[in-house]
Amino acid sequence: MQNAHGKAFVFGDDVNTDVILPGKYLNVTDPKELASHCMESEDPDFVKKARPGDIMVAHKNFGCGSSREHAPLSIKYLGISCVIASTFARIFFRNALNIGLPILECDEAARNIHEGDMVSVDFEKGIITNETTGKTFQAEPFPPFMQNLIACGGLVNYSKAKIEKLRASR
Amino acid sequence: MGMTVTQKILAAHAGLESVSAGQLIEAKLDVVMGNDITIALAVPEFRKSGADRVFDKDKVVVVLDHFAPNKDIKAAMQCKVCREFARENELTHFFDVGRMGIEHALLPEQGIVAPGEVIIGGDSHTCTYGALGAFSTGVGSTDLAMGMATGENWFKVPAAIRFNLTGKPGKWVCGKDVMLHIIGRIGVDGALYRSMEFSGDGVANLSMDDRFSMTNMAIEAGAKNATFPVDDICRAYLEMHCKKNWTAYEADEDAEYEKTIDIDLSAIRPTVAFPHLPSNTRTIDEVGDVKLDQVFIGSCTNGRMEDMAMAASILKGHKVSDSLRVIVIPATPSIYMECMEKGYIRTFMEAGCAVSTPTCGACLGGHMGILAAGEKCLSTTNRNFVGRMGHVESEVYLCSPAVAAASAIAGRIVSPEDIMDKEGED
Repeated sequence: MQNAHGKAFVFGDDVNTDVILPGKYLNVTDPKELASHCMESEDPDFVKKARPGDIMVAHKNFGCGSSREHAPLSIKYLGISCVIASTFARIFFRNALNIGLPILECDEAARNIHEGDMVSVDFEKGIITNETTGKTFQAEPFPPFMQNLIACGGLVNYSKAKIEKLRASR
Repeated sequence: MGMTVTQKILAAHAGLESVSAGQLIEAKLDVVMGNDITIALAVPEFRKSGADRVFDKDKVVVVLDHFAPNKDIKAAMQCKVCREFARENELTHFFDVGRMGIEHALLPEQGIVAPGEVIIGGDSHTCTYGALGAFSTGVGSTDLAMGMATGENWFKVPAAIRFNLTGKPGKWVCGKDVMLHIIGRIGVDGALYRSMEFSGDGVANLSMDDRFSMTNMAIEAGAKNATFPVDDICRAYLEMHCKKNWTAYEADEDAEYEKTIDIDLSAIRPTVAFPHLPSNTRTIDEVGDVKLDQVFIGSCTNGRMEDMAMAASILKGHKVSDSLRVIVIPATPSIYMECMEKGYIRTFMEAGCAVSTPTCGACLGGHMGILAAGEKCLSTTNRNFVGRMGHVESEVYLCSPAVAAASAIAGRIVSPEDIMDKEGED
């Protein structure tokens, strides 16, 4: 997985999927169009301010609410390179892994990164560096099963062999 | 170490003797469900994977309920993708407009989901079916696509919190109030990644419709799933609705729970969640003066028969306040028809309510009741996040059908007691 490096945009607790991608846009499936509405309810200018490679940081329960994969898709296709949060809501966590949006759980980093700080992430080691303050943080490593899922490039690629076998058995 | 209900179901579907919290497993799926929003996004992933058909045409369920009847051209295109997918795969359970109901009311009613099953759905409120003693959880569209293709999915076995229910709820208190009370106590991440397992003597005092609205909102506490025991009330429901063979699981005596929370149902008051989190709750005695622009009665949380009956019993002979509008949506065609037969539709319409064919539209700000800037809606739905039902400056308050109906008459949030228990007094 490529390492991340970018400017931090910081959000609070319980950032929910209605805020990340409002329900009125669920008639859209084009990920680039979804990206143009990312975080619109929280900060309408976010999509203009965020540059490819930038990093989102949030506190507890990021992505709570709906199962809409449109939410992580909008973040990924905006070009956000990584989301760091104290904790993630579980469906969002799964969805992010499944579509290949890099996420890291690290409460210490979430509390010690401020809006505008430059942040870099070494995914292999799970090390997050706040380059503005010089502090480094160790994120929770993914269990081997999930590392494998990520290495495959997400759930679809992971499932291909299984699907091929199913087809052959029919 | 013993297992919880959820752990037993997962172990059985993973072909394992036992599982424990934190373990990663691959489990066989009994039902995989999606709707017009999530199937539309899943179909391209399904095709990308090389799958040519669903793993079992009897076990994949498609319900066009979110933006259907088609709310605009984009929604129409999405529904078309879903229709074509359903027909191509000759799905047994495909519900289009006219036969469609709100999925989490429809699937139990149609007997498609049963105790002991593992069910995933491309909708976060899929946790609803835990009221029947199933393991049931919401997933995104990629999980949905691969579930439809392979009939399997990976899960992290959850730890659990036990809710020991005692007592009997008061006259105007239903499952919705109980769940709002619980979420108010533990917070919107109070059960994050956990199972919520309901048990105790108080369970017998909750109807199936109460239980469905409670498990429905487990996701609002961050939970992975929720379960109720399969008791006589549940068996009677299954007798009426479900022809499948099923297995009821009970937790082991020594099952491990992170904690047990005691809930005395008799002490719970009608409860309202204020903007903008379901955990921001107040009892009806603490709501103050909140004037309303819209009241919504329906959804996968509270669009079932008992909800309609409760709302009708309060609205009968009354007019809704002329300062607001009221929208009532029975959740399925058979609930709608029963409402007609019992005269509830007439009651609603004579009171001044709009009554609609089933759709999820209003709840997620799609269609059928969008809010303008500055408007306040009291709603029997499940989420009151910023902008949930419309404009980013609108507000949603969550409550039971009884509180919604009483407040529709008063024009502001009031207790059903204020309307009903004062009748006959002069």
